[in-house]
Amino acid sequence: MTVMLELRAVSKTYGTGPTEVHALREADLSVEAGELVAIMGPSGSGKSTLLTIAGSLEEPTTGDVRVGGAVVSEMSSADRARLRRRSIGYVFQDFNLLSGLTALENVAMPLELDGVGLRHARATAQQGLEELGMGELAGRFPDDLSGGERQRVAIARAVVGDRRLLLADEPTGALDSVSGEAVMRRVRAACQGGVAGVMVTHDAQLASWADRVVFLRDGSIVDQTAPPPGPESLLTPGSGR
Amino acid sequence: MSVRHALLALLSEGPSFGLRLQQAFEARTGEVWPLNVGQVYMTLQRLERDGLVESDELAGDGPQKAYRITAAGSSELDAWMRTPPSSEPPPRDELVIKVLVAVQVPGVDVHEVIQAHRRQCLEAMQGFTRLKAGAAPDEISLPLVVDAELFRLEGVVRWLDAADARLRQHPNLPNDDRPREETATSRRVRVGRP
Repeated sequence: MTVMLELRAVSKTYGTGPTEVHALREADLSVEAGELVAIMGPSGSGKSTLLTIAGSLEEPTTGDVRVGGAVVSEMSSADRARLRRRSIGYVFQDFNLLSGLTALENVAMPLELDGVGLRHARATAQQGLEELGMGELAGRFPDDLSGGERQRVAIARAVVGDRRLLLADEPTGALDSVSGEAVMRRVRAACQGGVAGVMVTHDAQLASWADRVVFLRDGSIVDQTAPPPGPESLLTPGSGR
Repeated sequence: MSVRHALLALLSEGPSFGLRLQQAFEARTGEVWPLNVGQVYMTLQRLERDGLVESDELAGDGPQKAYRITAAGSSELDAWMRTPPSSEPPPRDELVIKVLVAVQVPGVDVHEVIQAHRRQCLEAMQGFTRLKAGAAPDEISLPLVVDAELFRLEGVVRWLDAADARLRQHPNLPNDDRPREETATSRRVRVGRP
């Protein structure tokens, strides 16, 4: 399998002297194409910092980030912008939808920015919205959608097109558990199509959709779940305790 | 899970045999709750003794003996569905005891013990979620059973998270080498030790 995202000894420090905060300490993480990794940890453990650094929205203080084998810090700013636009899909906690565009236009926008023809971009966006049960609301503006609907638009936008890396911060936060499940099925389908996914969450049920759960504490990766055992392990008395 | 009432529920759909009931039970619960066929026959005999099911006497006691629900059995099933389940917690929750012990035993890092349980819970949850993700779209029993297990395990993880945070805020843990004062909490913890 191809390693799509690699963090090597990544540290991030904010402030200096007495106000210095170590948000990440020498974090190593590899995510393969097709793999979904969940990052869990208490508030302030560095989860969101790890995600923004992985998405090249923020630079590490020390250490390297590689996306598709290329070292992000060695890229020109134009190349980095292209990487973010073309290869990385983001789902932010506050969705970051453009209020002047309809749901369909929001989802089609990354494709259009990337030079995809208008008709094709919109057809692809429509299909992405339909997969999340949002087909009929494609013409609505974000302000006319509920929090859960806006979240599904943000997910559709993050997975549309030829993305290689999907980064999500609490991607089902505003959804009830059954709607959240539909979102996770969509995210899993994207990963099965070869996308590498990283999601940050407090929610153990959400994390359980991942192939691997990585535990973060005080900026360090302290533990991770084992590779999946066979389903018969569920029938062992006392599993889960 | 009441095997007794599960068998009554299956028989309410029509007469059946012991082995077929066992297979139907496991299929309906997504094979999350395995059921021994001996347990099925023993439960059927008790149900028959209590007049809640009746069997085809002519077939003898072999595997071909068919059972059907009686009117009393249907009433019992109907009443059971509407009765709240026993909500009494287990007298001693094993996980709570393990964490309490880890707080006490010298040289043990309780946070590592908590993390080991947290990881194992997540691994079990991943297994259940994979079962649910792989279920056919028209399947209903499996997702319901799996959700119940997922919510239970999620509750365990949330308790572990809360315990971890509470212990980190505690100035003097009992197995900490630093000098400490006797507190109401530490006294209670010692009382709770098995």
